[in-house]
Amino acid sequence: MGLFHVSASPHTRDHVTTNQIMADVAIALIPASAFGVYYFGLNALVILCVSMLTCVLSEYIYNKLMKTPQTPYECSALVTGLLLGMNLPASVPIWIPILGGVFAIIVVKQLYGGLGHNFMNPALAARCFLLISFAGRMTNFTVTGVKESGVSSETVYKVLNGASSVDGISGATPLAVMKAGGEADLFDLFFGFTGGTIGETSALMILIGAIYLIARKVISLRIPLTYILTVAVFALCFGGRGLDANYLLGQVFGGGLMLGAFFMATDYVTSPITPMGQIVFGVLLGIFTGIFRIFGGSAEGVSYAIIFCNLLVPLIEKVTMPRAFGCKKRRKG
Amino acid sequence: MALTFKGGLHTYDGKDLSKDKPITVLLPKGDLVYPMSQHIGAPAKPLVAKGDPVLVRQKIAEAGGFISACIISSVSGTVKAIEPRMTVSGAMSPSIIVENDHEYRTVEGFGEKRDYKSLTKEQIREIVKEAGIVGMGGAGFPTHVKITPKDDAAIDYVIVNASECEPYLTSDYRIMLEYPEKLVEGLRIEKSLFPNAKGIIAIEDNKPEAIAKVSALVKDDSDIEVKVLKTKYPQGAERQLIYAATGRQINSSMLPADAGCIVDNVDTVVAIYHAVAETTPLHRRIITVTGDAVADPRNFWVRTGTNYAELVEAAGGFKETPEKIISGGPMMGLALFTLDIPVTKTSSALLAFTKDEAAEYEEGPCIRCGRCVSVCPGRIVPQKLMEAAQRFDDELFQKLNGMECCECGCCTYVCPAKRRLTQSFKQTRRSILDSRKKK
Repeated sequence: MGLFHVSASPHTRDHVTTNQIMADVAIALIPASAFGVYYFGLNALVILCVSMLTCVLSEYIYNKLMKTPQTPYECSALVTGLLLGMNLPASVPIWIPILGGVFAIIVVKQLYGGLGHNFMNPALAARCFLLISFAGRMTNFTVTGVKESGVSSETVYKVLNGASSVDGISGATPLAVMKAGGEADLFDLFFGFTGGTIGETSALMILIGAIYLIARKVISLRIPLTYILTVAVFALCFGGRGLDANYLLGQVFGGGLMLGAFFMATDYVTSPITPMGQIVFGVLLGIFTGIFRIFGGSAEGVSYAIIFCNLLVPLIEKVTMPRAFGCKKRRKG
Repeated sequence: MALTFKGGLHTYDGKDLSKDKPITVLLPKGDLVYPMSQHIGAPAKPLVAKGDPVLVRQKIAEAGGFISACIISSVSGTVKAIEPRMTVSGAMSPSIIVENDHEYRTVEGFGEKRDYKSLTKEQIREIVKEAGIVGMGGAGFPTHVKITPKDDAAIDYVIVNASECEPYLTSDYRIMLEYPEKLVEGLRIEKSLFPNAKGIIAIEDNKPEAIAKVSALVKDDSDIEVKVLKTKYPQGAERQLIYAATGRQINSSMLPADAGCIVDNVDTVVAIYHAVAETTPLHRRIITVTGDAVADPRNFWVRTGTNYAELVEAAGGFKETPEKIISGGPMMGLALFTLDIPVTKTSSALLAFTKDEAAEYEEGPCIRCGRCVSVCPGRIVPQKLMEAAQRFDDELFQKLNGMECCECGCCTYVCPAKRRLTQSFKQTRRSILDSRKKK
């Protein structure tokens, strides 16, 4: 009999792998993106596919050019692509997702060291880059694909009005309606029959995906819950409408908050690793989102709040290092 | 509600393979090997020379220092050699090799019943010391040192660690089912050393039969309590166990006695019973031989010094070629490249697996998922610790509480990127401890 394997303990491993986690995130995004395709039409499907393909290809080509081994984490690039696509309006020309995908993967992710080393969420950084560069196209929610037979043509009307009532960098439009003093139709907002980017409109579909992720223990509720609650509290205090349920729920279900809170703020790489840090992160996200939405020029603030707070992560971690078991003093990292 | 601590994890526990197999006595066939280092502390010093005859239960090596333990022969025969032999850690340790005459002649007077109540505390401690008893949970800390704290009156709890949280291990469980009265009596003896101490037997809730048996035996003892712990790894880690059983917290620089606790493993307490009440020193071990490569997983009563290969043979040999052999549990045990290793006082199990899970996966980049943070029983941040370890930044490593790591392996187990965190921590901790010693 030959020699047996020798290695340091532990000798057993959990079967969850990085790629599986990424695949779970992609699966959890299916309901929301499927709704986007149903609601915004075939154009949305094209955008999503182009975006995913660009991201996966960018990673492949980058690795090829840099002569680094092809990473077996293709699902990671896939998720970035899907999230980027979901953050674009369905009306954008085809080169927008291509440009965004290349920017997300090459500039934000690979140039900083690849998976696990980017300090900003690639999909969101790409979205913000596109928003700043091509404001008009990125906020054009007058989608030709909107089904005429859709539940509420009134909503579409509101959307159109809303979009034109604020300046260029406006986000999802029900928020703009509310910002202009109007009322959002909560039913439409919750189910997603409203203007916005491909993947952010249906709170219901996003929640279904989120429940899957929580059940699979991919994400915890620490960041999304504190984030959403803080936004609601902030809107209550500074929104100028007091305890107006319609307004507060509009703030929660409107715009990119649901998608951002459950799928982008929870991005492992760019959120704090300490449990206490995650709560601080959620609160900060809520505050910044509130500031951007209520006091900023734009009606939307989720994307900017998240990438800004991404930059604060090292600091948050530094002050939220847990107290070790049996040690009295909290030591700072 | 079962008691527990924060962190930890559940794994496939594999205990079904051997938990219903009664303990069977296994007699050694070949030579017996007694390494002089089978405990924490100074190696023992041989008292015999080549060619000397030895008897069962004869002390063949004496403690080599204050923290050390003597070694007892488990067979009768002749000393064949005193030479370095390989131990579980892979290191060569000076060992006494005894040729077994298979007659098992014992030292006179040993094995007789004795009423411990007539003994003084000093006598009990001396008996434990002379019996060569060490912590049999794995660490091998000399028990006579452990039961001699600065102040007997300051000990509030004597805790029997019966959690057996390592997957696959069933030896402690079998002891509790087959001779719980020895365990309980051993605890009574140990407790009698400490005037203010209460006894706690802490058992995980996946062993209801053991809980029932032991509870029935202590129902009339007002100061002994069975505490049911949640089944979770590493529930049996000393610090986590103390916390779950008493709510007290200690860190790496404290001893359990600092929190008024003495913690002993099941087999250790039984060894104390044997030594004190039956004048039988420690020369045997209950060991589980299991794993998917073993034909007939079993629990054995085996004499220390027996070769591991004989254990495998007694368990029906290998039904498939094993890829990995582990002495101890899969989470903290040591991998062996050969079976030519003797059973020592701290051998709790011999596992043989057809697949080496540790070699199955490639290491990938950390995605900061935080799973390591949520399972770490020491409430450290392994992800940050790993960065310090990889940069050989010992100062940062200590600042991040790296020395609080108990090397339980939870972080490595859960890591989806399959990073070998525990391995790096072990290495860094050793080098830091070594450099401290040099100073």
